[in-house]
Amino acid sequence: MGRSNRGLDAGNIELKGVNFSHLPKLKRFISPFKWYLLLALALAVAMSLLSTAGPLLVRRAIDVDIPSGDFSGLSKTALTYLGIMVFIEVLSVSQRYVMSWTGQHMLYSMRRALFSHLQDLGLDFYDKLQAGRIMSRVTGDIESLNQLISSGVLGLLTDLVTLFAIITVMVQMNLKLALATLTVVPLLFLVVWTLRTRMTRAYHRVRRRIADIAANLQESISGMKIVQAFSREELNAEKFSDTNYESFQAQLEAAWLHALFHPMVDIISALGSALIVYYGGLRMSWNDPTVTVGTIVAFLNYMTRFFWPIRNLTEVYNLILQAGVSSERVFEILETEPNVKDKEDAIELGEIRGHVRFNNVVFGYEPGLPVLHGVSIEAKPNETIALVGPTGAGKSSIINLLCRFYDVDEGEILVDGVDIRDVTLDSLRRNLGIVLQDTFIFSGTVRDNIRYGRLDATDEEIEEAARIVGAHEFISRLPDGYDTEVRERGSRLSVGQRQLLSFARALLADPRILILDEATSSVDAYTEYLIQKALEKLFRGRTSIVIAHRLSTIRNADRIYVIEDGRVAEVGNHDELIDKGGLYKALYEKQFAGAPLVGPEHEPEADVLGSDTGRGVTGTLRLRPEQAD
Amino acid sequence: MKVLRRLLKFAAPYWNRYLLAIALVFAISGLNLLEPMVIKWVIDEILESKNYTLLLYGALAILGVAILKGILQCFQRFSMSWAGQKVVFDIRNTLYRHLQQLSFSFYDKAQTGQIMSRVTSDVETTQRFLSNGLVNIVSIVVTFTWTLVIMLSHHAKLTLMAMIPVPFLAWRVQVYSTQIRPMFWNIQQQLAVLTARLQENITGQRVVKAFARKDHEMEIFERDNMALLERNVRAERLSGVNWALMRLLTEISLGIILWYGGWQVISGNISYGTLVAFNMWLGQLLGPIRRLGFWVSMVQRTVASGERIFEILDTKAEVDDKPGAKPMPPIEGRVVFEDVSFSYDGDHMVIDGINLDVKPGQTIAILGGTGSGKSTLINLVPRFYDVTKGRILINGIDIRDVTLESLRRQIGIVTQETFLFSASLRDNIAYGKPEATDQEVIEAAKAAHIHDFIAGLPQGYDSIIGERGVGLSGGQKQRVAIARALLMDARILLLDESTSSVDVETEMRIQEAFSRLLEDRTAFVIAQRLSTVRNADWIIVLDKGRIAEQGTHEELLKKGGIYTSIYNLQFRPQEVEFGDSERARFEEAASQGGGD
Repeated sequence: MGRSNRGLDAGNIELKGVNFSHLPKLKRFISPFKWYLLLALALAVAMSLLSTAGPLLVRRAIDVDIPSGDFSGLSKTALTYLGIMVFIEVLSVSQRYVMSWTGQHMLYSMRRALFSHLQDLGLDFYDKLQAGRIMSRVTGDIESLNQLISSGVLGLLTDLVTLFAIITVMVQMNLKLALATLTVVPLLFLVVWTLRTRMTRAYHRVRRRIADIAANLQESISGMKIVQAFSREELNAEKFSDTNYESFQAQLEAAWLHALFHPMVDIISALGSALIVYYGGLRMSWNDPTVTVGTIVAFLNYMTRFFWPIRNLTEVYNLILQAGVSSERVFEILETEPNVKDKEDAIELGEIRGHVRFNNVVFGYEPGLPVLHGVSIEAKPNETIALVGPTGAGKSSIINLLCRFYDVDEGEILVDGVDIRDVTLDSLRRNLGIVLQDTFIFSGTVRDNIRYGRLDATDEEIEEAARIVGAHEFISRLPDGYDTEVRERGSRLSVGQRQLLSFARALLADPRILILDEATSSVDAYTEYLIQKALEKLFRGRTSIVIAHRLSTIRNADRIYVIEDGRVAEVGNHDELIDKGGLYKALYEKQFAGAPLVGPEHEPEADVLGSDTGRGVTGTLRLRPEQAD
Repeated sequence: MKVLRRLLKFAAPYWNRYLLAIALVFAISGLNLLEPMVIKWVIDEILESKNYTLLLYGALAILGVAILKGILQCFQRFSMSWAGQKVVFDIRNTLYRHLQQLSFSFYDKAQTGQIMSRVTSDVETTQRFLSNGLVNIVSIVVTFTWTLVIMLSHHAKLTLMAMIPVPFLAWRVQVYSTQIRPMFWNIQQQLAVLTARLQENITGQRVVKAFARKDHEMEIFERDNMALLERNVRAERLSGVNWALMRLLTEISLGIILWYGGWQVISGNISYGTLVAFNMWLGQLLGPIRRLGFWVSMVQRTVASGERIFEILDTKAEVDDKPGAKPMPPIEGRVVFEDVSFSYDGDHMVIDGINLDVKPGQTIAILGGTGSGKSTLINLVPRFYDVTKGRILINGIDIRDVTLESLRRQIGIVTQETFLFSASLRDNIAYGKPEATDQEVIEAAKAAHIHDFIAGLPQGYDSIIGERGVGLSGGQKQRVAIARALLMDARILLLDESTSSVDVETEMRIQEAFSRLLEDRTAFVIAQRLSTVRNADWIIVLDKGRIAEQGTHEELLKKGGIYTSIYNLQFRPQEVEFGDSERARFEEAASQGGGD
């Protein structure tokens, strides 16, 4: 696997500089709000036009009202000025509100799209990309877009319109002076252009380092008990500090560019002012009647106003670039194709009888490295099929394929005669009940966790399911019974209890086909007894396909498939296979040989059973567990 | 503002950077004030008095001031960013260290996503304040004061007139900051809820897919997402109104200057240049004050995030080194429980008055039903939790009197659930002893019967395994975990149902390895295996946190109590139906042991 498990984050982003090619993709988030955006834009234009009136009024005061000593004219000018400003601010409030409302709704739909897409992505994606890294995109990167929106950057839209309005007014007032002043604009572009590439690259690095931090953190929090058990605090802190330091370095580089950027814009602005004074003064010395002191003052005013938006822009420029980088990372996820998805014309799989058939299935996780080489398996309705075999034989892969966590490379899998690739994933999985080895407990109440199997189940049904699998007893002894809060790490529930919960969950779902990966971890004797009783009930009346480790399960199975090296090595029931004297018998006898410890006073049933149970308190036949992939 | 003060404490070590930046701020705002004076001079002395020979100097003066200012600004900004980022670096490290010290009881309750959101998102928020924010606020204050002083010295009355809206402005800032803070706190809170939701969804993705629960997950996510949206919009609305009000107030000042200043020019009290300069000075007040709303909201955001950070930092590690705790001397292996009781909630005793005296090298098998306190008992030895009553002595020393590290370093642990890290297999095995040589790692792997598997991998010991150890089967993970514990070569071993999910052959070999290992070590084993039980020097059967029975295998069998029924149960073939009476006996016996 090597470094490849860093997945998306180790990609070739490093080499990319400026990349705004993803901007058109934003369209899908923008277009639902285009009317709001147009409204905001219209408000912005109105504001900008009005705001150019300010310096004009100041010029009027300086050139007309004051020299003529017209105090009432001055008052009128000042009042007009104030009136316009009030009006502008009213517009500003509305504009900003519309913008932020729209912005937040866009973020909302982006988060939603990401989350929804994450549900569709196949397990291969989750196998490769650490949870921390995924989270850093859905929260961190979206948050940096949010920073942009809430920083008032949308006010910049107004400012941009203002820029054009200012240029128009300046050109109108005095074309030559305006042209002289605007010679600084190309210079400005040059500076922005040269720095932008480097800044984007720097922000890419920053985001990636932040994802590193998140990944490190996520893992050490999830594994904190091991960390403490092995006294790794000091070393981990050092490692984290290294990751953290890399992030610090990346931030510094970005900060340096940012620090350079802003003053350069200021200097260019001052260059503009110097040009106005020098060229304007020169024209006055040539007795050009179109240039007055009032004009120069107005121009200086406009120059300041001209650079306000640009200066604001430099303040938030890093936010803009960060947001650009972030949205790129967001789209990287959105554009990752799920490895398994519905065909265009996929049909709904309705009520099924539960007939499962694998026809010559070939499958590999990596191209060219098949783990299943032509597997054919059949489970008739209501049969229980046990899969046994050594580690890495391909048992889990068989289950993964039936759940369509992955698609077959060759051959086909039929449920009631229908190829599972022809039906929708949802309708397929709704007919399947899947109980995995690692029982995942969601934070919530015990009741919620069982209800996960069928969301519309009543409390009575939940308790009934718990009762059937024998979980009711321990649940009712919890401090708040069914309403006891459990956490993601399932704290204070033992492994056995969690298994029982997951059985209740599966039973509640009442699937036609039950897929079970028997947990190999042993539990105490009584819980084991409960689990076995529960399994009997679970298997009853439905097709069950089980990666079996319990002797009881294996012996009760209608058929046992012994899987070896991705092939079906033997098929038959327990007695047939023992008679056959093949791989199954060998596996079984290893079990037998490993049980020298049966107490003599308990010999009577030792023919088959003592062998099994003698090995451990659980009486679990521990054939080799499965390799996941 | 206590939170801000505490945040600033993190900045204290870099006071020289901040001092430099602030000195530069003073110089820069001085230059800012100089600019209008240059313009005033240009207007009054050059343009108005038609003294055009000085024109070039005027223009160069404008440019020169700007260039000087630009250079200073560049340094100022960089030194500020440096300091801000360094502080964030420190805060993250502090948080991380603290998180590692927090006890199991914290992690029993905390959600990973919630913690992460604090270490990433909240810390980033404080960074914005500690680099840009702080200096901007200083610069606003400095510029404001200096400008005010200059303006007053030029024309006090005009200045005072222009300042009429300022008290109102100050009041607005005050009102705004009180209103916005809870809003930002709510936003960060909701963000953390969303992060936690996401984290769980991602780690539980197999289950989500298995039950085809996308719609359900979406529904819950949407609800939290919508709540975040609403909170954001509400805060934005308030900010928007505030922003507009601030701007309006500054514009009113401009209007006043125009009107009153113009009148003063008409009356001949001031020059054109002064009026223009006032206009510009006011513009300089205006810019920062316009942004004041933004910075105020940033401070509020920072306070909200800071509170959340300190909430973690203020969480006391329930188990911690005593002041003056000494390192544990090399352990011989005698472990004594003296009347030990433990409770998670201070109310319900999970361990209740346990007395044990374990001699060096003894193996203690612990049996009992689910929830009888087996895991808890074992967790007390390395002080994952501290005893509520009584004490535990190792080498005759109360374990609360020694440092955690020295204690835990001498205890090898294999937990019930195997957690491996996304790192190479070598690093995972050497987790407890990073300085181990390759030879030692290989030996441990061989003893745990995982060496052949690892050696067969294309990259051998350098193979990186997935975050959740996805690349390995349960049995393989377990064996890696065993190798990890073996490498510690500890005097005390704690095994929790550890070798249960390996295949038959491996298990036998691990048994051998363990029995060798157990020979001269003290071991506590939560036993699920008869061999362990029979080989144990002492067996204790727990029931509801008490020792219900104890003794050797033979003694306990003779006794015919709980142990006997557990023993019988395990020997009973699963497929044989129990007679009713027998079953009743079982359930009774087992439920006694299976209490919670």
